[in-house]
Amino acid sequence: MALLRHKRHALPGLNLSLGFTLSYLGLVVLVPLAAAFLKAAEMTWPEFVSAVSSPRVLASYRITFFASLAAALFNAAAGLLVAWVLVRYSFPGRKVVDALVDLPFALPTAVAGIALTALYSKNGWVGQFIDPNGAHRMIPMGLKLVFSGTGVFIALTFIGLPFVIRTVQPVIAELKPELEEAAATLGASRWQTISRVLFPEIFPALLTGFALAFARALGEYGSVVFISGNMPMKTEITPLLIITKLEQYDYHGATAIAVVMLIASFALLLLINLLQKWSRRYQRI
Amino acid sequence: MASAPITSLSARPETPFARRPLHVTQDSIWVKWILVAGALLFLGVFLLLPLAAVFTEALRRGAAAYFASFTDPDAIAAIKLTVTAAGLAVPANLVFGIAAAWAVTKFTFPGKSVLITLIDLPFAVSPVIAGLIFVLVFGAQGWYGRYLEAGSPWLPWLQHWLIAQDFKIIFAVPGIVLATMFITVPFVARELIALMQSQEHDEEMAAVTLGAGGWQIFRRVTLPNIKWALFYGVILCNARAMGEFGAVSVVSGHIRGETNTLPLHVEILYNEYNFVAAFAVASLLAILAMVTLALKSIVEWRHAVSRCVGAS
Repeated sequence: MALLRHKRHALPGLNLSLGFTLSYLGLVVLVPLAAAFLKAAEMTWPEFVSAVSSPRVLASYRITFFASLAAALFNAAAGLLVAWVLVRYSFPGRKVVDALVDLPFALPTAVAGIALTALYSKNGWVGQFIDPNGAHRMIPMGLKLVFSGTGVFIALTFIGLPFVIRTVQPVIAELKPELEEAAATLGASRWQTISRVLFPEIFPALLTGFALAFARALGEYGSVVFISGNMPMKTEITPLLIITKLEQYDYHGATAIAVVMLIASFALLLLINLLQKWSRRYQRI
Repeated sequence: MASAPITSLSARPETPFARRPLHVTQDSIWVKWILVAGALLFLGVFLLLPLAAVFTEALRRGAAAYFASFTDPDAIAAIKLTVTAAGLAVPANLVFGIAAAWAVTKFTFPGKSVLITLIDLPFAVSPVIAGLIFVLVFGAQGWYGRYLEAGSPWLPWLQHWLIAQDFKIIFAVPGIVLATMFITVPFVARELIALMQSQEHDEEMAAVTLGAGGWQIFRRVTLPNIKWALFYGVILCNARAMGEFGAVSVVSGHIRGETNTLPLHVEILYNEYNFVAAFAVASLLAILAMVTLALKSIVEWRHAVSRCVGAS
C-alpha cells in the first residue's frame, strides 16, 4: 500500500490539477449555491415557513411531486421493456432505435415542450383523437392532454425516458445465460425464471433508474411550461413558481422555495449514490 | 441469491424429457414480437412523433417561409449568442474536466469521493435554481450589485472601472455564459473519470522514468488514450450548452437581439403565435441534437466508450 501511494505520487501535477479543480468548482458551483442558503438565512423562521408553505406553493409541490412520480413509474415499466427488447432481441433498425433513446438528453427542453404541445393539442396528430374538442375523438368523453396535469406527466415522461433504459440495459446485457439455464434445468417455467431469477438481478438498477428519472423530473422546467398551461393551484410546477416570484422581485420568496427544492434534490442525490453502491455490491455476489 | 425460490420448485412433478422445449432460455416468437412491438410503439409515440412534429410544423408554410425565419436579424443574433455562450462554456469545462479527472484518477487524497460527488452536483440542481443563484450573486440586489453601490468598497479602482464600463452580468452575456457553465460542469469530467479510473498508470510511469515532463506525459501518453472519451464528453456538453433553457431564461432578461439565445428565441416566437418561425428555429436545435446523437453513436460503436447515465 505504501509502495502504491509512493508510485502514484510519482506522477506530476497534483497541486496544479487539484488546485484548479477546487477553485473552479468553488467559484462556479459552490459559492453561487451557498448564496441561496445565505439569502434564505436573512429571513426569520416564521417568514421562511410562510414563504414555503402558502397554499399556492403547497399545490405546486403536489403537482410537481405526483406528476414526477407517475412519470418515473411509467418510465420504469416502459424502460424495463425497452431495455429488455434492445438487449435480448434482434430486429431491423435496432441500432438506430438504441441511438434514438438518448434523444431527450440531446434535444433542448424548449424544443421538446413546443413539439409535445403541438402533438397533443386538439389539432395535433395525437390530440385530435383524444382531446374533448378533437376532430376525430375516439374516446367517449375525451381527455384533455395539454394544459392539464396529464400534459405535465407527458412532458416529464419524455425527459425522464432514457434514465431507466440506460441504467437497466448494461445489467441485462451482463446477465449470464447460465443463470437461466440452471433455473430451467431445475424445472422453472420461463415466467418463473424471469420473475424469480432475472428480475431480482435487475431490480437494483431499475430502482436507480427510477430515482434518476424522478430526480430529473422534479427540477424540470423547459418542457413543462409550454404544455402545462401554468394555472396556479392546478398545473403550476415549483420551478415555474420560483420564476414567478423572481419576476415580482420577491427574491426572498423565490430563494426560500429554491432552498426547499435544493434540500430535496440533495437528499435524493445521496439516496441515488447509496442505491448505486448497493446495486454494484449486489452484482458482484 | 436466487436459491430460495428455486428449491421451492423442486417438488414439482417431473416433466417428461421429450416434452421439454429445446430452447429453455429463449422466448417464443410470439412473445418476442409482442414485446418488440410494445417497445417500438412506446418509443415511436414519445420520441419519433415529437421529432417529426418539429419538422412538419416548421415546413407547414413551405420551404420559403422556413428559410425566411433564419434571415430575421433577431434569429441571427440568437444564433451568434448561442455559439458564443457554448464557445466559452465548453472549453472552460473541457479544461476543468481534464484537471478534475487527472487529480481524481492519478492520485489518492482525503475527501476524493466527496469531490467526485460535488462534480455531479449541478445535475441535481433544477435549471431554474441554477439561474436564480447567479441572480442572487450578481443581480442588482445581490453581492455584485451591492459592491457597485458600496461607499468605501474593497478595491476602489475595480469598482470605478466596472461602473465606467457599465459592466453588467445579469441580463447580459456574462450571466448567460456563467449559467451555461454551471449547468454543463459535469459532462466532460464524468466521462473522463469513468474511463481513466479503469486505466492503469503504467504508461505514464514509464514516461516519468524516461524523463518526460508533466505536460509531455499528458499530451503524448494520456491524451491518445482518452481522446474519444474527451470527444464524447465535449459533444454532449456542447449539446446541453446550446440547448439550455431554464437557467439561461432566468438570467437573460429576454432582450431581443441582445440576450436571447436560440431556445429563448423559440419561446418568444412561440408565445407570439409565430409558430412556423418558432418551429423553424427549433428545427435547427433538433438537427443539432440528431448530429450529436449520430456522433455519439459512432464513437460508441467504434470505441465502446462507457455509457454514462444522468448526462442530461
